[in-house]
Amino acid sequence: MSLARTQRSEPAELDSADRRIINRLQDGLPLVESPYAAVAAEISLSEGELLYRLERLLEDGVLSRFGPMYHAERLGGGLTLAALEVPEADFERVTAAVNAFPEVAHNYRREHRLNMWFVLATETPERIDEVIAAIEAATGLTVFNMPKQEEFHVRLHLPV
Amino acid sequence: MNSLSMTFISPLEDSAAQRLRALLERGLPLTARPWQALAEQCGMSEGEVLAWVERWQREGLIKRMGLVVKHHALGIRANAMVVWDLPDDTVSEVGRRLAEEPAVTLCYRRPRHLPDWPYNLFCMIHGTRRERVLAALDDIVRRQALQEIPHRVLFSLKAYKQCGGRYTREEQT
Repeated sequence: MSLARTQRSEPAELDSADRRIINRLQDGLPLVESPYAAVAAEISLSEGELLYRLERLLEDGVLSRFGPMYHAERLGGGLTLAALEVPEADFERVTAAVNAFPEVAHNYRREHRLNMWFVLATETPERIDEVIAAIEAATGLTVFNMPKQEEFHVRLHLPV
Repeated sequence: MNSLSMTFISPLEDSAAQRLRALLERGLPLTARPWQALAEQCGMSEGEVLAWVERWQREGLIKRMGLVVKHHALGIRANAMVVWDLPDDTVSEVGRRLAEEPAVTLCYRRPRHLPDWPYNLFCMIHGTRRERVLAALDDIVRRQALQEIPHRVLFSLKAYKQCGGRYTREEQT
């Protein structure tokens, strides 16, 4: 089995069984000896078909991973969302400066006066403040730190 | 970030459990008895593997076994962060209600930064096109009677960095 991930240019075509699999497995897998058989029965597939389709969805690059979802804070790390107001003329320089930090996990340009939004993931909670100070020094801009204060649980993370 | 794997296990946990942790980070085997397959690779019984995973889930280290969907591969190009300025005494209740909306894929309370940033509730809505995301938001505003609540939609224009990493996190705003 090849695990090479395909970089797709066209959206993948999913049939109804693929959608049932993705939506059901976003909810987790039961901790039983034959978990795939249990899930397959719930969504009217055979165990073999479920495994075959899961493997194909991974190979096709529709799914990036199937396995444990970790709780970042309980791993002992720090996690936050932060934003910058970047002057348009400076956008390229600031992007390079921010992305150079290995703690920056995602960085999106968004439509607002605060136009750069990134996630910081650090090995310890204390390190968040140090990295923010370093980003402020490297960019000359004020970092708006917006750590999660309360999480509201959604059932499906991305219904398809 | 790679040394995070060691902070997870206390020194008292045995080395077989550490091997199990390392194997799990690569994903769950796609085979009829995945726990048995892991058990053979780390020198435990299938029951012991299940007991460890159950314990890690109970302790909250692992949220659940789950899958990560590649938005782009499904044609999901519109990614909207919707932010709301709610009174402090209703923000939690509204957050819980928004999280129950099928279109909302993440929902968090975060701090305001006055005067620049008055918003204290953040949710994500994904969709194939902007019009669909905005239509879904209109439905939510009507259903939840949020017409009077100041809010903004921040679509993403470009992703400059998207790290995968072995540690799957859900904070992908």
